[in-house]
Amino acid sequence: MNWTWFHKLASPPHFYRLAGRITPWLGWPAFLLIVIGLYGGLVLAPPDYQQGDAFRIVYVHAPSAWMSMFIYGMMAIAAAIGLIWRIKLAHAVAAAAAPVGAWFTFVTLVTGSLWGRPMWGTWWQWDARMTSELILLFLYLGLIALRASIDDRERADRASAVLALVGVVNLPIIHYSVYWWNTLHQGSTITKFGKPSITFDMLWPLLVMFVAFKLFFGMVLMLRVRGEVLRRERDASWLREELTR
Amino acid sequence: MTPRRKRLLAVLAIVVGVGAAAVLASLAFEENLLYFYSPTQIVAGEVPEGRTFRIGGLVTTGSVQRSSGSLEVHFVVTDNQESIPVRYTGLLPDLFSEGKGVIAHGHMTDSGEFVADEVLAKHDENYMPPEVAESLHMPTPARTTE
Repeated sequence: MNWTWFHKLASPPHFYRLAGRITPWLGWPAFLLIVIGLYGGLVLAPPDYQQGDAFRIVYVHAPSAWMSMFIYGMMAIAAAIGLIWRIKLAHAVAAAAAPVGAWFTFVTLVTGSLWGRPMWGTWWQWDARMTSELILLFLYLGLIALRASIDDRERADRASAVLALVGVVNLPIIHYSVYWWNTLHQGSTITKFGKPSITFDMLWPLLVMFVAFKLFFGMVLMLRVRGEVLRRERDASWLREELTR
Repeated sequence: MTPRRKRLLAVLAIVVGVGAAAVLASLAFEENLLYFYSPTQIVAGEVPEGRTFRIGGLVTTGSVQRSSGSLEVHFVVTDNQESIPVRYTGLLPDLFSEGKGVIAHGHMTDSGEFVADEVLAKHDENYMPPEVAESLHMPTPARTTE
């Protein structure tokens, strides 16, 4: 197998230019799809038979929750690549992703709380789904804090990568919590196998929002990785040439 | 073994090791992770006596009785096998209705009644417009006309 593309991708100058080029190709579709998704979800979709208009918060809550877990998984894979193959750029990607994941987790918890109050009758309960999602937020915050507390970049990278890997165990717990234990939170509406338990006129804006949030994350990640590379390679000659071009 | 292979194994060991530890810990604490008990579990005596806990199930259709002049409400929670009568004084969540999921926190009295100090509505993962629900004969919560 030819690994040239992989090694090329791992080179900071190459990735720096590539990220700069693809940022608008992620950002503009994300913006467009968020507008379409929100219009579809908040205006076109009919109200729910049980929850009325309150169910519409799902169009922000569910994609955020999905991203909070997706970003953690991606960050852990980047951290593992950084640890095993000693690729500095992979650590830069993990470092850039953590705050974005923390924000998506925060949005998930806040929108869930705002939804829970009128529907369930409570802002917060210590059920397995909510508690494990809160632990995810603490993991992200722990990673950010750990990285910030170690001055030596390489040691900070390695320590954060190990913590990121330890936290991976929380991902299946969050996903399956509603099946493994009795929880207040309901089960999954959209599953990989089987028919989604939501009608199509309510489903399509949700799917649009899923794609939109992913593209949005892609754009933010590209911008943030560029920032990380600028900071990490500030003494490199290629960067001086790049910036004075 | 190359150093890279060693690091690969170390990464796998972390993930597998922590995973195994989590499985063991959750098995050990299984009871404490239960957010609520079903009526069947309560009748079977699985709930420690003299402790407050949560009961979860469906509100039996036709069982809700409100008393005039107070916020006291009586209803029966069932899992379609066993049923437990519940007494509660306070405001009920919007989604509370007969035939729907409910979770109540409180304790059992000697007479076999559950006295709740908090009642939460548990909704399911199904979303559909009212017309579809009607055609499927799904019970819709009685909405006050505003």
